[in-house]
Amino acid sequence: MKRFDFLKPWLLAGFLGIFVTACATTQEEILEDGPPPEDQTQMDGGMATDGTGADASGIDGGDDGAATAIVDESMMSAVELLEQTEGALSNRTIYFEFDSAKLTSESIAILETHGSFIAGNGEVTVRLEGHADERGSREYNIALGDRRAQSVRRVLLFQGASTDQLETVSYGEEQPAMSGHTEEAWAKNRRVELIYTVN
Amino acid sequence: MKRSIICLFVMFLWAISTAGRAALTIEITGGTEGALPIAVVPFDVSKLASKLPADLAQIVSSDLNRSGVLKVMDRGALPASPHYSNQVKYQQWRGAGQDYLVVGRVREDSPGIYTIEFQLLDVLKQKQLLGRSMKAKKRNLRSRAHQISDFIYQQITGIRGAFNTRIAYVRAQKNAARKYVLQVADTDGFNAQNVLESDEPIMSPSWSPDGKSLAYVSFENRRPEIYIQQLATARRSKVSGFSGLNSAPSWSPDGKFLALVLSKDGSPDVYTLNTATKRLKRLTKHRAIDTEPVWTQDGRSIIFTSDRSGSPQLYQINVAGGRAKRLTFEGKYNSAASLSPDGKYIAMVHGERGQYKIAQLDRETGNLTVLTDSSLDESPSFSPNGRMVLYASTRGSNGFLYAVSIDGRAKHKLSDQAGDIREPVWGPFESK
Repeated sequence: MKRFDFLKPWLLAGFLGIFVTACATTQEEILEDGPPPEDQTQMDGGMATDGTGADASGIDGGDDGAATAIVDESMMSAVELLEQTEGALSNRTIYFEFDSAKLTSESIAILETHGSFIAGNGEVTVRLEGHADERGSREYNIALGDRRAQSVRRVLLFQGASTDQLETVSYGEEQPAMSGHTEEAWAKNRRVELIYTVN
Repeated sequence: MKRSIICLFVMFLWAISTAGRAALTIEITGGTEGALPIAVVPFDVSKLASKLPADLAQIVSSDLNRSGVLKVMDRGALPASPHYSNQVKYQQWRGAGQDYLVVGRVREDSPGIYTIEFQLLDVLKQKQLLGRSMKAKKRNLRSRAHQISDFIYQQITGIRGAFNTRIAYVRAQKNAARKYVLQVADTDGFNAQNVLESDEPIMSPSWSPDGKSLAYVSFENRRPEIYIQQLATARRSKVSGFSGLNSAPSWSPDGKFLALVLSKDGSPDVYTLNTATKRLKRLTKHRAIDTEPVWTQDGRSIIFTSDRSGSPQLYQINVAGGRAKRLTFEGKYNSAASLSPDGKYIAMVHGERGQYKIAQLDRETGNLTVLTDSSLDESPSFSPNGRMVLYASTRGSNGFLYAVSIDGRAKHKLSDQAGDIREPVWGPFESK
């Protein structure tokens, strides 16, 4: 089992090829034992300046950017498609207006791509993590995060994803993506994150 | 997979021990105009073999000051140090502008066993209003001091004191071994004890009416689930782990039911759960968000937050079912109701022009009074005597606990730099 988190391409690169046959528990622990999110972001930046060599190293035939342009996407595995750094599938955070679970047309377009992808790849499961900004009450915000995750789920189901492939969870305002009491931070925190696992 | 997750988030459950932890400190931030002047003389401890681990008069003074009803004379300004009523020269205290005077003394009956005696005196009438003698052990000295505060407060105001009760809250700490801690503490923030520590969020603590258990939401399995935990034994059980949301538990006044919020049937709705039979009943059925249920004192209805009108507002619904009635109309955002014990007031988070403050609705008149002047306030919780509202306020990068009197006049902060404190709930009176 493999988890895909947008923030962790370096982890993917390191573990994808290596642990294909390892037991699920072991991989899960390795990933969970990784550095906290702040550190990941920093390492992310570090890796990028080194070039993307590390990214490809563990993956047979996998490449990014230029490679995808010449490879027929229908021939690519779910893992390879999720590895791509461009395109709708690489966009795994959906943002919302204050006190709203309404999707913008851009978000719907992104989610439709995800939905078709999930529908076409039965081995993929997605955890939809709903979040809210800090304003107002915590319990209301966790309900709001739940509704946001549900909004996303509906679009994915409509595209043919199966209910077994989708899990929603709301964190409310408990896990902000950006700290601070600014409009910018709030906007970043009103979100649903799509977290992929390829089983 | 489930097992691995459990392995990852090892939980440390602490039986409630007597060991004190980092205490909150108190800062009175509200005005004390109109508060009645009272002097509390340090109790006589000269006959004790060893130093008393708690300054009783200091604890009492701090309690009385926080009430906003009484203003305790500075210790340094005390004109004399009597310990018995017959040592008191009333003119002296009258001259010092005091209405009331408290004197007391402590005896050690056997090692670690004390007798505390105190007297409350009326300076103007020159007579004793109250005198009590109480036994204490080393470990409950602070609690005894809070009881003394309760006696004094009740004698002067006619209202039962709530100093000798406890509060629960969640502390989030960035650089600690466990990021989230559920704690209970005395109402002055001392004697904090860990109930649960976790790497994942803990939310929504709710006291059982007997004060012996807490219900709360824990993300230890990477999704919100509701647990009930006995404080004395740390024994706990998961009571709700449906798919989707399991949140906002609230005990019924008789302690037999939990109101809770589930989204397993679509959108977040309020349910009731019989804690003995585990029978679950859906109470609201609406496409909108329905959450934050609290029971009315008669146990017959539930007040909750819903955005069915387009923005969050408070509603009331009969537990037997029926139509929900809207309660709040002022402001775009009203949520997180806490009902005063007499049912006359509802405290809530009131959002207007981007500011979230604590407000109070008078149910008889329909008047809404804003009690706080900050901008990111949440989680109001009435004291069991209905005189104060405890809440959390975010300042800078941390949340702090504040309490405000129901007239909005007196306010104090329970501060602690070691973390971000949120979701305070004031526990019930100690069951006798």
